[in-house]
Amino acid sequence: MTDALLTIRGLTKTYPGVVANADVSLDVRAASVHALLGENGAGKSTLVKAIYGLVRPDRGTMTLAGRPHAPSSPREARAAGIGMVFQHFSLFEALSVAENVALGMEDPPPLRDLGARIRDVSREYGLPLDPGRPVRDLSAGERQRVEIVRCLLGRPRLLIMDEPTSVLTPQEVAILFATLRQLRAEGVAILYISHKLEEIRALCEEATILRAGRVVATCDPRETPARRMAEMMVGGSLRIPARAAPAPAESPPVLEVEGLSLASPRGGGLRDVSFAVRAGEVLGIGGVAGNGQEELLLALSGERRTAPGAIRLRGEAVGALDPSARRARGLLCAPEERNGHAAAADMTLTENAFLSARVRAGLVRRGFVDWAAARRFAEGVIRAFDVRAPGPEATARQLSGGNLQKFVIGREILQKPDVLVVAQPTWGVDAAAAAAIRQALLDLAAGGAAVVVVSQDLDELMEIADRFAALNEGRLSPARPVAGLSVEEIGLMLGGAHGMEVAHSRHAGAAA
Amino acid sequence: MIVWERRPAPSRALAWATPVLAVALTVLAGGVLFALLGKDPVLAIRTIFWEPLFGPFAGYLRGQIAIKAAPLILIAVGLSFGFRAGVWNIGAEGQYIVGALCGAAAGLALWPAETRWIFPLMVLAGTLGGLVWAMIPALLRVRFGTNEILVSLMLVYVASNLLAWAALGPLRNPEGLGFPGSRNLRQWASSANLELVPGTGLHWGGVAALGAVAAGWVLLARHPFGFAVRLMGQAPRAAAFAGVAPSRVVVLCMALSGGLAGAAGLFEVTGPAGQVSIDFAAGYGFTAIIVAFLGRLHPGGILLAGLLMALTYVGGEMAQQRLNLPAAAISLFQGMLLFFLLATDLLATHRPRWRRAAPSASPLPAAAPEEAR
Repeated sequence: MTDALLTIRGLTKTYPGVVANADVSLDVRAASVHALLGENGAGKSTLVKAIYGLVRPDRGTMTLAGRPHAPSSPREARAAGIGMVFQHFSLFEALSVAENVALGMEDPPPLRDLGARIRDVSREYGLPLDPGRPVRDLSAGERQRVEIVRCLLGRPRLLIMDEPTSVLTPQEVAILFATLRQLRAEGVAILYISHKLEEIRALCEEATILRAGRVVATCDPRETPARRMAEMMVGGSLRIPARAAPAPAESPPVLEVEGLSLASPRGGGLRDVSFAVRAGEVLGIGGVAGNGQEELLLALSGERRTAPGAIRLRGEAVGALDPSARRARGLLCAPEERNGHAAAADMTLTENAFLSARVRAGLVRRGFVDWAAARRFAEGVIRAFDVRAPGPEATARQLSGGNLQKFVIGREILQKPDVLVVAQPTWGVDAAAAAAIRQALLDLAAGGAAVVVVSQDLDELMEIADRFAALNEGRLSPARPVAGLSVEEIGLMLGGAHGMEVAHSRHAGAAA
Repeated sequence: MIVWERRPAPSRALAWATPVLAVALTVLAGGVLFALLGKDPVLAIRTIFWEPLFGPFAGYLRGQIAIKAAPLILIAVGLSFGFRAGVWNIGAEGQYIVGALCGAAAGLALWPAETRWIFPLMVLAGTLGGLVWAMIPALLRVRFGTNEILVSLMLVYVASNLLAWAALGPLRNPEGLGFPGSRNLRQWASSANLELVPGTGLHWGGVAALGAVAAGWVLLARHPFGFAVRLMGQAPRAAAFAGVAPSRVVVLCMALSGGLAGAAGLFEVTGPAGQVSIDFAAGYGFTAIIVAFLGRLHPGGILLAGLLMALTYVGGEMAQQRLNLPAAAISLFQGMLLFFLLATDLLATHRPRWRRAAPSASPLPAAAPEEAR
């Protein structure tokens, strides 16, 4: 192709024991949004790191605007006109927006000039930012704007975006898309990594699908059904979780939370949160992380104590009980952070099974740990949830994110909870594992347990939840039945777009 | 340029090989040190490591090794639990002193009665004395968030002054012609902690040390408390999720280490030392920190490390006498052991990689995610 801005031919990168990219060829045209699709571990990350100079490929060539492109560092890549917005932000909380931007520049201008430029660029692209504000005061969406503006100041020809919408509300997503479309209209090429297929269908005109390090397909996402793309990603047909019949409305609630308030050292916290879940029901709690999600989990698991009556389990006040006592009564949790919170990274799966299952699975006998029983329990989880692990003596660190997540969720489900609270159950998990986890949660509810899913992934909540409530700035909206809920209504429940505005330059009309 | 990159999983083999490597490096560096002091390095090393075990006086010196190893092992086993959980009791020396004082005082209060219950009572009093002394930093940390490293360390100096006061005042031997120091506890049958098997150097402290190794091993490997300790050290948030109460672990770890240190002090004051005297404290409480880490914070490793450290003590004394090596050189030699151990520890968790020096290795935040992935 002659109009390709970036051409990749036969790119190969192997790590000891793993082929991350095998003979990958790709063309990204100028003035286009090109989607890069694939499951976790499919090689998307390695590929964009090679483009951005973070990884040196073993073989293959890259050409940028007709010139050989072999950056040995992100600095060279930036000089060649490539910008990248990472999924995880690299910002210093204590510094201001302008100072953070200056840190990423080769020879930053004086802060006052830079502040003016930040203002100009952010206004031009509809990403309002106050250069003088400290980053610690910014929401996740605003932090992303800092990263994007930092890239845009370098006037990139190619912008790489890694899962940019995972932390945004629907309205914020709409505004981001407007910005991206404006950039496209100005001739910028955008390489867009996401696993949200509907987004890709709305935004991108080309897609390259990777599986196990190889390009398995290319397609036009505007004309390809999401299901077809998902199947190309996993290389088989995708099981859509089957919903059980909705819970009978008259059954009494198993878990009741009433007037739960919790201060947080980092600000936020919970303010007067109330909800109830019945047996057999899945309650979805949506909202962007950092709005009290973490505190809610800690309060329910017992890691933070509250007034006894703020949390009731089958009528019994459990707010002042420790985690073990709550487990004994049937209230189980699976926190969001797998390594370091739900599991200890350097411990074996057997030990990690003991970590949360000691009470309910009876893994302590006569005061001592029954390691044989813990091992059998871990093996049971591995078998029942198809955890790809060398065995129960593998350490948690050795497992991929999706497999560890299956282990963590499976560990709690096999303890037969009456109430299971899970946070971000499929965060960073590949499509097949995510489907398995969602199905397991639905099966658990169908078996008579009450399930609370705290997630940022609205598609996920729409798929598995019976009722939906939004947690925003520590406050929980009243729960509403998912059936018949529109995306706009959800967005409003989530508190709208946090003061974002649509790009209002000359291209804004076309973008809207 | 050498870049150290983290191993995906710590190497098990290297975790056990590095102590051996550290000993080898200590021998090498120690040899250089002795050579610089104008001594024959081979002879000095041989005197330290070989003579006590196989030399002409080995029969006597082996017993000395057992005598020195017993308190080191006993204290180090106790410390290892706290160190695993991130509870840093640096003041075992103080707990050792207070244990000796309390135990001796409990016994001397009954002098000159003769019954076999006196010695067990003294052991109990010594253990409790060390435990209570350790509760000061423990409760201050749990209630007020003070740093137990500083508090426990400073209490060592308080304990030293208590020791001097007791040796000169309340515990002074009334028949001692005014000399400082208590009655000789070795010469009082009810309190004497003598060799159980002649020639082995094994007294009740040694028995207690072996018991502590066995009990510690079981506690660490098979008991929920050992699991809680490991979990809290490795992943504090996972420990909270599992239901481990951090303050309970802090208090229990400090109680364990303080109690064992107090018991060690009691066994010493009734045995090898024989009396409460101003120069009773010999630094076992501090050396035990080295022993605990040299033994990988594992009871089995601590047993070996305690014996090795006792060997350098006994051999070091030999070298001082025979070769006129200064005492400081021997202390330095022991310090090097800990230094090399901590240095070689890096090998277990990281591996070296040669990388060509990249002129563009920029500390820019935009490049930072490279590290995180």
